[in-house]
Amino acid sequence: MSNEVEKPSKRISYLFLAIILITLALSTVALYLALTEYDAGSIGSGNSLLLIGGSGFVLSLYMLYQTRRKTMRLGIKEQPVITTILCQKCGFKNVRDFQRGDYVFKEAEPCPKCNEKMSVASIYREVEEKH
Amino acid sequence: MLIPQVNQPLGGGDIIGWILQIAWLLFFVVFMFYGQRIQLYVMIREIEGSLNKLKLFRDEGRKNAIQTIKELGKPETDPTARVDQFIEYFAYPPQSMDPAGIVWKVEHLLDVMDERFKDEVKMMAPAADIAQTRNIELTLEVALDLNYFYKFVRHFYILGKKTLSLYVIMQLQMVLPLLMRMAEAYRSALKAVTFGQPIGDGAGALVAAKLMQGHEKRKIPKDCVVATVPFEGRTAYVVKAEGPGGNVGKPGDAIKQIIEENEGKIANIIMIDAGEKYEGEEPGEVAEGIGAIIGGPGVDQFKIEETTLKYKIPVNAVKIKEDVGDSISTMRKEIFDAVNVAIERIKRVVRERSREGDAIIIAGIGNTIGIGQ
Repeated sequence: MSNEVEKPSKRISYLFLAIILITLALSTVALYLALTEYDAGSIGSGNSLLLIGGSGFVLSLYMLYQTRRKTMRLGIKEQPVITTILCQKCGFKNVRDFQRGDYVFKEAEPCPKCNEKMSVASIYREVEEKH
Repeated sequence: MLIPQVNQPLGGGDIIGWILQIAWLLFFVVFMFYGQRIQLYVMIREIEGSLNKLKLFRDEGRKNAIQTIKELGKPETDPTARVDQFIEYFAYPPQSMDPAGIVWKVEHLLDVMDERFKDEVKMMAPAADIAQTRNIELTLEVALDLNYFYKFVRHFYILGKKTLSLYVIMQLQMVLPLLMRMAEAYRSALKAVTFGQPIGDGAGALVAAKLMQGHEKRKIPKDCVVATVPFEGRTAYVVKAEGPGGNVGKPGDAIKQIIEENEGKIANIIMIDAGEKYEGEEPGEVAEGIGAIIGGPGVDQFKIEETTLKYKIPVNAVKIKEDVGDSISTMRKEIFDAVNVAIERIKRVVRERSREGDAIIIAGIGNTIGIGQ
């Protein structure tokens, strides 16, 4: 197809990355300073630096995590489609995977028990519900 | 409050303290002036993710259609270019400034579209039989819809990036979860229509197919079949679209013909269709009500309502509930099992709403792909 006007970009801008890294560096420094303040006995200043450093650290790590290139997941799991072939006379049942050409009420092979013609009784998919 | 406290222990000349102060000030200034712009970029990134997904869906739909045509249709030339043209098709809606007669205009448009699609498929897949032709047509329609979803979202994505308008992007971001839900439903429909498996929408057709088993069927316009079945002491005309190819027929025309064949002497009509469920409801729940329960553009509903009004025939409805994803993907077990529940409900409605010896119509509405008769 020749209609690719603009492909959505997956790359992150270098400026944005630089801002995140600078914030991460400053936050690390603030955390280090918080430790030295606690060592010096200044609990109040230590708390302030810990708050600033901690929040900056968490925020920048989160932003860094968000910039990871996400692998494309289609999010749809293939579910098995089951065809049941039934003998109306003796009740013999053959359950197998769906095959192209199957349809409900299609005449199938003769019954191995009573030799009566069997037919496709059901075609459905089984869904596993997420709880 | 925090800044003086940070600054104080480090001393006025401490370079790191100053950097921290400036960083915090910058943080506030940036958010004050560029907050909206940052929000815009975050939204654009979210849309990009969905757009990539839609592109994958679109490519998958196109690839599936080409493969199916090659496998079933045995074309002499490569159908790729023709498929690419097909998925760009559009139907321009009729003018409705003067709404009188709009139904017939819509019907004509749909007939032309149907004929055009069939001709296209015949040209692309000359070796396909009738059922396969219908399935290929459905596969192409799903590919067309997936292409439309992709292009629609891409249009607003590019427009938003060009104009850097928060409001353009915001509108798209707000409807995106619903659009993605629809697109994922169409994507999951691909496998079903390609392989000719029964879909959730066919629940009504399956009810009719079960009722007409073992009875003689005859074709009835357009693309429908009818069987006369003794049912709870009444004579039931059971109608469905002709399967097993992907087909919804024109139940409006079929019901009208049966009523006219019986000179209007029909005691009751019971229509069965798959209907959308609310979140929180279980798929396969059965509900009953009144009215011509039939989806689509409304032409068949209009015809049924016109005819039943003329002869004063009550129309009862039985709905098998499912969500939009289930209605166009392979029929799930719960819906298949619900068919027997629906038959029991029909029996009760027939016993309560008509007398023995009456003639009634039982119409199973929906796409009959993967369901014979």
